[in-house]
Amino acid sequence: MTTVGGVAGSIPATPQADSVGKPPLPRRVASFFRRHEERAWRGSAWVAVVLPLAALVFAVTVLAVKAWPAIRVNGWYFLYGRTWTYGNGYGAVVHTDGVAHPQGAQFGALAILWGTLASSLIAIVIALPLSIGAAFALTERLPTWISRPLGFAVEILAGIPSVVIGLWGILTFGPWLAKHVYPIIADNAPNVPVLRYFRNPVGSGEGLLSAGIVLALMIVPIITSTTRDLFQQVPPLPKEGGSALGMTDWEVANKITLPWVRSGIIGATVLGLGRALGETIAVAMIGGAALRIPVNIYQPFTTVAATILTQLDGALTDGTGFAVATLAELALVLAVISVGVNLVARVIIRRTGRIGAPVGGA
Amino acid sequence: MLAPGPSTRRRRISTITWRILTYVALLLIMGPAAWLLISVLAHAAPHWQWSVLWTKLTPTGGGLRDQILGTLILMLGVFLIAGTIGVLAGIHLAELARPHKRSGKASGGFLRTSSDILAGFPSIVLGYVGYTALVVGLHWGFSLLAALIILSIMVIPYIAKTTENSLRQVPTGYREGAEALGMSMGYGLRKVVLKSALPGIVTGLLLALAIACGETAPLIYTAGFAPTLPHSLTQAQFPYLTYVVYSYYNAPETQYHYLAFDAALILVVIVLLLLVASRIVVARTQRHAESARGSVRRRRPRPARPEPDLTLPRR
Repeated sequence: MTTVGGVAGSIPATPQADSVGKPPLPRRVASFFRRHEERAWRGSAWVAVVLPLAALVFAVTVLAVKAWPAIRVNGWYFLYGRTWTYGNGYGAVVHTDGVAHPQGAQFGALAILWGTLASSLIAIVIALPLSIGAAFALTERLPTWISRPLGFAVEILAGIPSVVIGLWGILTFGPWLAKHVYPIIADNAPNVPVLRYFRNPVGSGEGLLSAGIVLALMIVPIITSTTRDLFQQVPPLPKEGGSALGMTDWEVANKITLPWVRSGIIGATVLGLGRALGETIAVAMIGGAALRIPVNIYQPFTTVAATILTQLDGALTDGTGFAVATLAELALVLAVISVGVNLVARVIIRRTGRIGAPVGGA
Repeated sequence: MLAPGPSTRRRRISTITWRILTYVALLLIMGPAAWLLISVLAHAAPHWQWSVLWTKLTPTGGGLRDQILGTLILMLGVFLIAGTIGVLAGIHLAELARPHKRSGKASGGFLRTSSDILAGFPSIVLGYVGYTALVVGLHWGFSLLAALIILSIMVIPYIAKTTENSLRQVPTGYREGAEALGMSMGYGLRKVVLKSALPGIVTGLLLALAIACGETAPLIYTAGFAPTLPHSLTQAQFPYLTYVVYSYYNAPETQYHYLAFDAALILVVIVLLLLVASRIVVARTQRHAESARGSVRRRRPRPARPEPDLTLPRR
């Protein structure tokens, strides 16, 4: 077919003498691209969107294969054991179930798992109320000219590299806490079951509570900015109605605004929890990297992520490769935990989101 | 007038307490944030020398030229790799795999979920995978290529998400208009839809770059560390700034401490520049959007902001 007009989408061509017959090469190339553009878009976009899935499958497969010997040998002891030792590196190599490992190697990760959960919980307990309060101040109370820059400051806090936060935590913030804040808590904590954990000695500022507080500072931006966006999407009429009925600020917040966005806040919190669980470098710097359950909340501890980071050099000295496989098992456990947390967040959001507006006792 | 009863007094106290607590919460966030920035500056400023920017790292101190360049190269590589893939993935999720119903079976639902899960994957785990599969498995050694791939995988979900969100904010009328004018799907996507979503996409890219330049843990596992820039993609350890902060702050020599603080300051400056750039992009487009609508500037309803990465409760 000889083309006289243009292809759909271009400017309608005026009939010209040279357009009869074969069009010139540049135009043929251009029209070839135009004809196949949609297919190119679809093809490349499909490849791009499948890549994350492929990466996910690849990552989990690599971890599982690498960790398999460790999973078989360590067994359930990995989850409840308290002893973490590489064994005698110069001694005899022992075979268990056909897997070689140094004699006396024992990997019980209870302290590591405990440290991960404890630090993340501390972070959430501190970050959640602060974030909700700050989001309220930013959206409901402060004028725009001041809440805008403050919102940007929250974004900056989110963008600060975690290694810089870790540096500040270990050199400035941790020692300050240990000197000025922890003694007050420790001296006044009564000797009762849970609060006993807050009693002396306070240590140097490298430890569980310092890491938890710094983690809280790192997940505050996530929860604050999400909560702020959610508050801004609460329609004004219910709030104004509440005020018109004589509700106080607190009652409007507690009975109208917060229930309206509850599922979103829960979702954001769980996502923040996921971030806290996986945070590595700041915890490795501030946590003190001690492979045991701390005797009180101020003492050094470690998390799964920090252990993977700090123990690699040690693990590589194990000629049998068993210690490296055990690190893979740790990574796999961390991956499973964070994927699980992520999915739980999604289920919560979906379930509560479907109920709709929870105002009026719905 | 009614005399305030006990209940009224309690309500008044509760609301005043609530107001005070919100401000206290804001203060407890802003205080440490400001302290953090000031502390970084205060640690770096007294010993700051501009020559840090252009001298090489030496065993006795020196500067951070190659570390800065390395971080910039990593950012550029992530921009090219993750930017291309992430934007394409976002286009797929928003435009090509359009769900038929809002809550019904979205064709991109599974892929979107997997992308979200990857976004929540701990970076150290990805770093370990990179170490096992690329550094050891493929015999690349600690190298730029392994680091680039792992960093890209880390930020692709983020870029895909922001791209998808900003594409979703393009009014359907634009697409229909493009189609009604006889544009092919690809042409309309390129010239109309992507063009109006571009600011949001650029913002997402800039924030992803901010994430990439501040990562440490996965890089230690994939890039290693070197004092100077290597000449090859593989088999050569690669320099970058975050490692300097992580490992030099407690080195025995004082000049290394100064380098750690300098590196921290440079990192903060890079991140600040990226954030300010993204703000400028957003501000410019908001002004344009307003002039297009012809509305009075002061009576704008509410700045259009991207949705948070969460399924929001809908009315």
